[in-house]
Amino acid sequence: MEVILELRGLAKDFPGHRAVSEVSLDIERGSFFSLLGPSGCGKTTTLRLIAGFETPSAGEIWLNGVRIDGLPPYRRSVNTVFQNYALFPHLTVRGNVEFGLPRARDAAHRVRQVLEQLQLLEKESRKPAQLSGGERQRVALARALVLAPDVLLLDEPLSALDPQLRKQVRAELKELQRRTGVTFLFVTHDQEEALALSDRIAIMNAGEVEQVGTPQELYQKPRSRFVASFLGEMNWVDGVGIRPECVRLSCEEGRRGTITHTTFLGPRRHFTIRLEGGEVVTAQAPAHAQHHEGEVVRVSWDLADELRFSS
Amino acid sequence: MTRLRAMSLTPAALLMLVTIAVPLVIICVYSALSRGAYGGVELPWTLENYGRLIDPLYGGIFVRSFVLAGVATVLCIVMGFPLALFIARSGARKNLYLSLVILPFWTSFLIRLYAWMFLLRDSGLINTVLQSLGVIREPLPLLYNNGAVVLGLVYGFLPFAVLPLYATLERLDQNLLDAAADLGARPLAVLLRVTLPLCAPGIGAAAILVFVPCLGTYITSDLLGGSKTILIGNLVQNQFTTARDWPFGAALSIVLMMVAVLLLLTVRRRGEEFL
Repeated sequence: MEVILELRGLAKDFPGHRAVSEVSLDIERGSFFSLLGPSGCGKTTTLRLIAGFETPSAGEIWLNGVRIDGLPPYRRSVNTVFQNYALFPHLTVRGNVEFGLPRARDAAHRVRQVLEQLQLLEKESRKPAQLSGGERQRVALARALVLAPDVLLLDEPLSALDPQLRKQVRAELKELQRRTGVTFLFVTHDQEEALALSDRIAIMNAGEVEQVGTPQELYQKPRSRFVASFLGEMNWVDGVGIRPECVRLSCEEGRRGTITHTTFLGPRRHFTIRLEGGEVVTAQAPAHAQHHEGEVVRVSWDLADELRFSS
Repeated sequence: MTRLRAMSLTPAALLMLVTIAVPLVIICVYSALSRGAYGGVELPWTLENYGRLIDPLYGGIFVRSFVLAGVATVLCIVMGFPLALFIARSGARKNLYLSLVILPFWTSFLIRLYAWMFLLRDSGLINTVLQSLGVIREPLPLLYNNGAVVLGLVYGFLPFAVLPLYATLERLDQNLLDAAADLGARPLAVLLRVTLPLCAPGIGAAAILVFVPCLGTYITSDLLGGSKTILIGNLVQNQFTTARDWPFGAALSIVLMMVAVLLLLTVRRRGEEFL
């Protein structure tokens, strides 16, 4: 396991507030790493610090064993896929992809290879305005990947796509990362996206990293209430967290409550239950579960599934 | 709603009709008539007024007008671009700087040209100071030449270049500049490969706003150029006053206007191809 990008105590102050505070991360070569958090948590600022668009107030950034936080963006071997793609509107697809490439002998070959890889060969002489959202995103990827960066920075690259396309592109993105072996640092506020794509995730909140781990670790062993609530759904009963899929409905054992609401979600069904103590619990059940609104049921769960937090 | 819109447009439309469209038609008609003995126009109809334009004397004046207007336009854009870029990037002070750019409009252009005359003439401020300092013995010929006219034009029309350039630069997506740097472009390369090309429409607008009035100017050349630097504008003015050749003056105006319109169309087409 080799670390390609290391952040040490990174901080960024803007007038009036601290956007990023004491962020330290190790990102492995060839991995798909996500920064996940609600908007305003500092994840995009962290990305901009790595790209060099912002200067850190404190801390260090090491890339491939070289400290880069003092270098201008054009001297850092990282490339960015911007949220709105930031394609040059006056250049064709080919012009955009060639933009950062020095005029080397194999430049044309490399451009062709990347265009082919991202299925853009037929569109190479189009302008960005003549492309669909998905095509624009692929041009943004091609433009960055053709430079073979040490780390590819992606700032919510799926958020500009419509939901239908998003899932398909998500799979393509993962496939592309595997095939190229380039380290991806992916910023998103979409927990489902992060869970589906990432080898490791850092969850950020209010400028700080709350927890780093594999998607499974974060989901099953959250270290804070924030992480527990942010990833997936969570019930809070008597200060203890319990996932909806761990809640059992029956007629015999457990606490009594009334079903106030049922939500059909295709493969499964969610029941919202008001317990006798007044607390509200969501239980997940198969779609064919036979309960109806107003029914009095008993809910229970295994002690082992309870999540406890000190604060 | 449509009625309200139509009604609110009526005053402006009427004004344009009476003060632009009608005079234009009159000029067109005059340009195809014969010269009256004491000014004015007479029958018969003729195209001779346009034929006279072939005279090399007028050709020279046309060429000089184009060259001076062109030089003034290039200078306005070259000087205006950095200024506009500076204003667009000066955050909260933008409005202050913009008002400073517009500040000269608070004084009549005529008065400001007279001020330049007082500065530039042989006994003017610049020559007096240089002479008293012993830098020069004889006064420098600063006034009544092409240089003085270009200076006056650049001085007068620089704001017309700065404002459209500023408007384009202000709207420029900062992400594009970040993206260029991210892809390895140094600041100069970002300017040449991204900022400038994306400002092409603004540069085109600035060029038209400066070039067209410069081409037709007559006050600046009259006051700062003197009798040696006659431009089309002065020629036209002469025909309607001292020369009393209204038809020829009208023909000159028409040709000048056609050239300006042609230029406008060319620049607009180039701009559309671009994006």
